[in-house]
Amino acid sequence: MTRPAAARGSRASADRLARLLNLVPYLLARPGIEIAEAAGDLGVTERQLREDLELLWVCGLPGYGPGDLIDMAFDGDRVTITYDAGIDRPLRLTPDEALALVVALRMLAETPGVANREAVERALAKIEDAAGDLAGAPVEVRLPGDTARVRELRAAVERGRALRITYYTAARDETTQRVIDPLRMLMVGGRAYVEAWCRRAEAVRLFRADRVDAVVELDEPAVVPPQARPQDLTGGVFRPSPDLPLITLRIGRGERWITEYYPCEQVVADGEQWLVSLRVTDLGWARRFVLGLGPEVTVVAPAELAEQVRAQAVAALEAYATPVAPADPAVAGRTQ
Amino acid sequence: MSRTRTERLVNLVICLLSTRRFLTAAQIAATVPGYEHDPDDAKDHEAFQRKFERDKAELRELGVPLETGTASVFDAEPGYRIAPREYALPDIPLEPDEAAAVGIAARLWQHAGLAAAASSGLAKLRAAGVDVDPQATLGLEPMVTVDPGFAPLTAAARDRREVSFDYRVPDRDAPTRRRLQPWGVVCWRGRWYVVGHDLDRAATRCFRLSRVVGAVRPSGAAGSYQPPADVDLISHVARWSGPAERTGRATVLVAPGRAAGLRRWAVRSDAGPDGDRLVLPYADADYLAGQIVGYGPDVRVLDPPEVREAVIQRLKEIATRHDDLMVAGGAR
Repeated sequence: MTRPAAARGSRASADRLARLLNLVPYLLARPGIEIAEAAGDLGVTERQLREDLELLWVCGLPGYGPGDLIDMAFDGDRVTITYDAGIDRPLRLTPDEALALVVALRMLAETPGVANREAVERALAKIEDAAGDLAGAPVEVRLPGDTARVRELRAAVERGRALRITYYTAARDETTQRVIDPLRMLMVGGRAYVEAWCRRAEAVRLFRADRVDAVVELDEPAVVPPQARPQDLTGGVFRPSPDLPLITLRIGRGERWITEYYPCEQVVADGEQWLVSLRVTDLGWARRFVLGLGPEVTVVAPAELAEQVRAQAVAALEAYATPVAPADPAVAGRTQ
Repeated sequence: MSRTRTERLVNLVICLLSTRRFLTAAQIAATVPGYEHDPDDAKDHEAFQRKFERDKAELRELGVPLETGTASVFDAEPGYRIAPREYALPDIPLEPDEAAAVGIAARLWQHAGLAAAASSGLAKLRAAGVDVDPQATLGLEPMVTVDPGFAPLTAAARDRREVSFDYRVPDRDAPTRRRLQPWGVVCWRGRWYVVGHDLDRAATRCFRLSRVVGAVRPSGAAGSYQPPADVDLISHVARWSGPAERTGRATVLVAPGRAAGLRRWAVRSDAGPDGDRLVLPYADADYLAGQIVGYGPDVRVLDPPEVREAVIQRLKEIATRHDDLMVAGGAR
């Protein structure tokens, strides 16, 4: 999105004014701070910071004489505010700032397996207190999670060892053993993941914590190859790439929820029914998926998938027509 | 904004913070550099007024609490001042581990607008003397994402203003306009909802934010309703999607080495001559049937009959539908 130049300019200027009003109390709290350190902290270049200081230097109390203007002492690369002209405190938080901090802290406090939750809760209470009415943000957060597994994984990741995990891959419906070198743990859309270098796939992979069936900490440190980078997850965990197989389903009204749970390439209404196209990692997964959806779904494409679905349903029906060998007594005894 | 305008605004803030008397526009013009003009020249005066209005708007936009009032009963013209107590961030004595937590929280936002608000909020805490360790981590960090309706709905709930929005439910063909007195916004299992009093249904309702189409429009005055005392927002959302107890037990026969997904949640597994017998806990027979049908001939239900019949019924319907397709030439 591009904003009109005027709006962009005014945004930048408002940002600069906010930064300047913040700068005096920031420096006041840190007498003799190195300019480079302050610039790094404030996210501006050293040159920009020097320009901000020059501007502040000519501002001050009415009268605008030598004793009225903001004053500062330079000592080499260090700066100390010697007169603040009354702007000795930062401006209070805006509603958006209070909301953004409070909601993110509540999210952290609710995250299962987060370290030092108690500090997060103390911080939240203090920010809410400082924000006053603004923190009455009517936002509540509740996240689920396999807490025991998440806790175990987090502790293991923190100790920096390589891990051998037993992992269920839904795309191929298989459980495998693999050695991973963890990078970080994160929570996306209410689910916990370990992001790690997978020695089996020789790539960075996300592992869903609730699909990790067992963890063994190895006696060797996690070594992440230099080329391994955390993935950009802003677009979601599953970003279908155009080289994956595309399937098209005709779905009834009762199955339209699919379009909310899976990223769809295209949804076309055809009267009562919808034609839904989505990318899948694996046709085997698509077959299990379609069979599991129920009777209101028909495969339109590819033909290969339609045939597999039909053949599987027919074969399963044939199996039900064949008597099952007598169960062993232990099992028969358990199922009344 | 030019350097001169920034300079003028900084001086305006300092001037209004330092005065206890309300200062009129004319007094401000005579004091703060950058407002010099000839008040007797109509055009010049009008230019000054426009400039001053823009500057006031800019300060309010930034959150500067600009007070309006008159200096004495003899003054007709309104004046301005900033009360330092209202302006200043209160002291927040954060311990290092608390400051680290705030620093982490500020970088969790994936939503551009709130990410900017979080980092400017953090900058104010730093200016108040809080030192934030940028390297700190809490081991597990949530990525905080919100739907576009989040900010307007939260603001409306805070201000107690009615809103209207178009809402699309997948099994309806067209979105419908809903009118709501929002009580609050809830994140439940990674999805966002708004809970409130639905004015058309005259009942408590919750709406999924991802289903809101287009803009959320506030209407009416702030403070126009009162949410019920002690309202538990989460409980209203959780009621619609709470987990059910899996008390049922089904026995299935699984081909050797197949259906890894089912094996993971079996409470019992016994190897037999024709495959493995698994005992699966379940809450809803129809849901379980869907899971089992996914495995085709690899999994056969032995017991109970309700699950077995549900599976066979589904298989028949799927076979028929895809058979018709073959005949119709829909797939070759």
